[in-house]
Amino acid sequence: MVWTLVRRGLVVGAIAGLLAGVFAFVFGEPRVQDAIDIENAASAHASLAHVGDWVVSRDEQRGGLFLATALYGIAAGGLFSIAFAALRGRGSQRTDWELSTRLAGAIFVAIVVVPFLKYPPNPPAVGDPETIGERTAYYLILLVGSALAMFAAARVMWSMRSDAPPWARPLAGAGTFIVVAGGLALALPAIQEVPRDFPAPLIWEFRLSSLGTQAVLWAALGVGFGIATVRAAAAHGRAPARGERSVAAP
Amino acid sequence: MDPAANVQPFPLRQLLPALLLGVLFMLAIYLVQYDQGVSQTGSLLHELMHDGRHLLGVPCH
Ligand SMILES: [Zn+2]
Repeated sequence: MVWTLVRRGLVVGAIAGLLAGVFAFVFGEPRVQDAIDIENAASAHASLAHVGDWVVSRDEQRGGLFLATALYGIAAGGLFSIAFAALRGRGSQRTDWELSTRLAGAIFVAIVVVPFLKYPPNPPAVGDPETIGERTAYYLILLVGSALAMFAAARVMWSMRSDAPPWARPLAGAGTFIVVAGGLALALPAIQEVPRDFPAPLIWEFRLSSLGTQAVLWAALGVGFGIATVRAAAAHGRAPARGERSVAAP
Repeated sequence: MDPAANVQPFPLRQLLPALLLGVLFMLAIYLVQYDQGVSQTGSLLHELMHDGRHLLGVPCH
């Protein structure tokens, strides 16, 4: 049973990763190229790692984008399915559809939106190669801390009585998450490495496309995994998790 | 109504091997996103998946 879910997570994750790759290729790739053009034009800065000097050509890197998003999607789908299996029947979600979509949304907010707000991604040519270790460490601390904050918020919500007023649960959950994750984000040091003369519209469009890439991936994962799980349950002739009758299939 | 009344949670013993597999998935994410040529593949993987790394929002150069 667990392995069925994991296999499903890998397949749906691969599809979600490829969809995210298509989005990234259409909306993000042109901005990456713009940034690399700027980097090549400003090659006077000897300290920068020039993408133009690499052994992998730019065309191969464009293809590699799909490899990267697909691999990331497969791994994310695998982890997602394990979290789904671990939480199924333990939280307050009544159906597999509800659990799948809410879990994907919660993960997206915890490991994408929060790190995005504090340490927004930059196109090539912006970051200082000297500080990559530092930047990665702070980013990962925030990512892990934010994920733990989301888990704490879920625990708070599940522990509440079911006859509490309708606003009590979401407010308590959101409050827990905002206080813990927001406090951590405030405590971590700020990093600002965008050069003063770097075009602001390019940064803005790149960051939006990056956020969109992750949004496509997690939306496709949550929705796709939910559909696949509900359909599999219906095919097995079992009622969906809520115990309600599924609509008669033709 | 009792939430999730009809769903039996998977026992922890069934979940453990899957959790171990999860470590492997994290390693895959590490390779895609954070490897700086530390692995024996040199910088090939890093260069090939470089655009994905930037567009997936991970700190880079
Ligand atoms: Zn880079």
